[in-house]
Amino acid sequence: MRRIISVLIENESGSLARVVGLFAQRGYNIESLTVSPTNDNTLSRMTITTDVVDNATLEQMMKQLHKLVDVLRVSELTQTPHVERELLLLKVRTVGPEAREEVKRTSDIYRGQIVDITQNLYTIQLTGAGSKLDAFVATMDECSEIVEIVRSGVCGIARGDKSLRA
Amino acid sequence: MEMLSGAEMVVRSLQDEGIEHIFGYPGGSVLDIYDAIFQSDEIEHFLVRHEQAAVHMADAYSRSTGKVGCVLVTAGPGATNCITGIATAYMDSIPLVVLSGQVPTFWIGDDAFQETDMIGVSRPVVKHSFSCRTAEDIPKAIKKAFYIASTGRPGPVVIDLPKDVQNPLNKFPYEYPESVSLRSYNPTLSGHKGQIKRAVSALVGAKKPVLYVGGGAIIANASKQVLQLAEKLNLPVTNTLMGLGAFPGEHEQFIGMLGMHGTYEANKSMHNADLIFACGARFDDRVTNNVDKFCPNAKIMHIDIDPTSISKNIHADLPIVGSVEVVLQQMLDLIDETNAMNDSNDINAWWDQINEWRAKDCLAYKTCDTHIKPQQVIECLYKVTKGDAIVTSDVGQHQMVAAQYYPFKEPRQWINSGGAGTMGFGLPAAMGCKIAHPDRPVVCVTGDGSIQMNIQELSTCMQYNIPVVILLLNNRSLGMVKQWQKMFYGGRQSHSYMDSVPDFVKLSEAYNHIGIKVDTIDELEPALTRAFELKERVVFVDVAIDPEEHVYPMQVKFGSMEDMYLSKTEQTDA
Repeated sequence: MRRIISVLIENESGSLARVVGLFAQRGYNIESLTVSPTNDNTLSRMTITTDVVDNATLEQMMKQLHKLVDVLRVSELTQTPHVERELLLLKVRTVGPEAREEVKRTSDIYRGQIVDITQNLYTIQLTGAGSKLDAFVATMDECSEIVEIVRSGVCGIARGDKSLRA
Repeated sequence: MEMLSGAEMVVRSLQDEGIEHIFGYPGGSVLDIYDAIFQSDEIEHFLVRHEQAAVHMADAYSRSTGKVGCVLVTAGPGATNCITGIATAYMDSIPLVVLSGQVPTFWIGDDAFQETDMIGVSRPVVKHSFSCRTAEDIPKAIKKAFYIASTGRPGPVVIDLPKDVQNPLNKFPYEYPESVSLRSYNPTLSGHKGQIKRAVSALVGAKKPVLYVGGGAIIANASKQVLQLAEKLNLPVTNTLMGLGAFPGEHEQFIGMLGMHGTYEANKSMHNADLIFACGARFDDRVTNNVDKFCPNAKIMHIDIDPTSISKNIHADLPIVGSVEVVLQQMLDLIDETNAMNDSNDINAWWDQINEWRAKDCLAYKTCDTHIKPQQVIECLYKVTKGDAIVTSDVGQHQMVAAQYYPFKEPRQWINSGGAGTMGFGLPAAMGCKIAHPDRPVVCVTGDGSIQMNIQELSTCMQYNIPVVILLLNNRSLGMVKQWQKMFYGGRQSHSYMDSVPDFVKLSEAYNHIGIKVDTIDELEPALTRAFELKERVVFVDVAIDPEEHVYPMQVKFGSMEDMYLSKTEQTDA
């Protein structure tokens, strides 16, 4: 089952390596990982998406994260209402006005933005949940040639009053 | 404010932390710190012959005293040689601070001479690590390192010290922090009150309880509470390999070590219990055997200071996060307050059953005329030392035999590498214990494989006159490997022989120590008596033992706890 774990961690050299090392060392799987400083730049916020076989593994993973001396808070997002977003940048090759029109139309339908253009290349920016990005990529693959793709990994936050603070 | 260089700050911070002994080896990137040590009267430094031994010495110094062990080594190979020692301490939750030199900050990343990313290399086997990028970082890093190493679930902490940061020419204001607080690190000590209540009521309600006590009880100094609780409720107590000594080995309620080479009665009691109360033990695979068949009728209560240890291998029905000492005291107080008591009829019936298992006398063994049995050697050691020695061991058959046949009276008396199973631990460990306890007899029980993994430390013993006794159970083979090959690999002894075991008596004499060879049982007791009478000398007692002897009981692979081989010919009913 897919799970999203949020981690609040000291923004110090080596902190990220400790988290990544923990996952490698204990055989946990990382599907995506995003990290950046918070408004308090002594702290970093991480969002890790992972695939676990059961709740016991998830619980152990969260306890192991919390055991790291640098880690302040750990929480899991998917079991409560939450917002998750991912950013996609997609570069596609289009030949001819018709194909170009199709790319533009599809981007509009998905509420993507074209952020760069050359003679034959369109670069499209799209945000949303991972499944939306997957669907968009599949559609674009049909109407154009995908040249390059980059995804940010998931960022997530709980809805409502719940918050992850120091 | 006093002005000190980075190198001086290292030494002063250690002094201010109360460090009296440090183990290490100098080299290019720590020369400034060694120069500062030279000028200090308060810290005694022991020069080893290999850095791994320095870590084991500091580790055993810590295990035998409860203080934090301290190591100083140079960059590159000096640091990487420590890794096995650090991993050993990590697996057994031993507090250490390892100071390792590093190339100057302006060379880091350039593959400079003796550059190794020690922070990276050690990461999976440390509790935490610090890299000091300025001299002013040093006192804070050292203070935090000792705090982190010794609190919560203890463990090793590495501090990386680049050479330019130590520069004796640059002086900075020095102040050692009085206290430390980390917003991200607050170990839980006392147990949740509701859980304490539930634990007491489960414990007094149990008809077939077992107190399963591990190394955490020793680290938390909880022996007094374990004894009080056990005696109050007349509970049977079993210890893990790491927990031996947490409960008196000769106490009537002690049913022996449990697990792979545990006693018949301990493993039977566990399997048939209705309540298992784990105190500072972590359901290691060497205890549980097959987890799917583990103690089918037992409710599991588990105290541990480390939440990750709870429900990791075996689901805990009643988890309590906290220090074993504090939580057991909370339970004892509640029992006193409420006069909670278990049903003595139930407990007596349980003891009748346990005593029936005990009557099997699973540690009985046959002596023979031609060979000395390893069990005889440990029993003789117990007799000669009156059970009062600090015993360290290496890893293998001799370790298990020592654990089974030397009933430890008190905590911190049995020093072995349980989690990591590090051969070569025993001799430096004995030296670390002797330095901490100069007036107590200290013996290293070892094998002919293990002793050769750190035998160079006989030279350190000579330099500092560290008079330990080395008791070698010499079977001219890697006994435990051979036992498995005989039992499970059709007897094919692939590389488990030692065709070139040296003459250990001559070797000891080469280091100016005393070597005694024992070939017959009649020579054994006089040799051991003499070894412990020569209080000022290292004595190496090389005992030729029966090379065919196996360690029993032994759990059957993939079985439950109660499935055991009891001898070469006898096995419990499957």
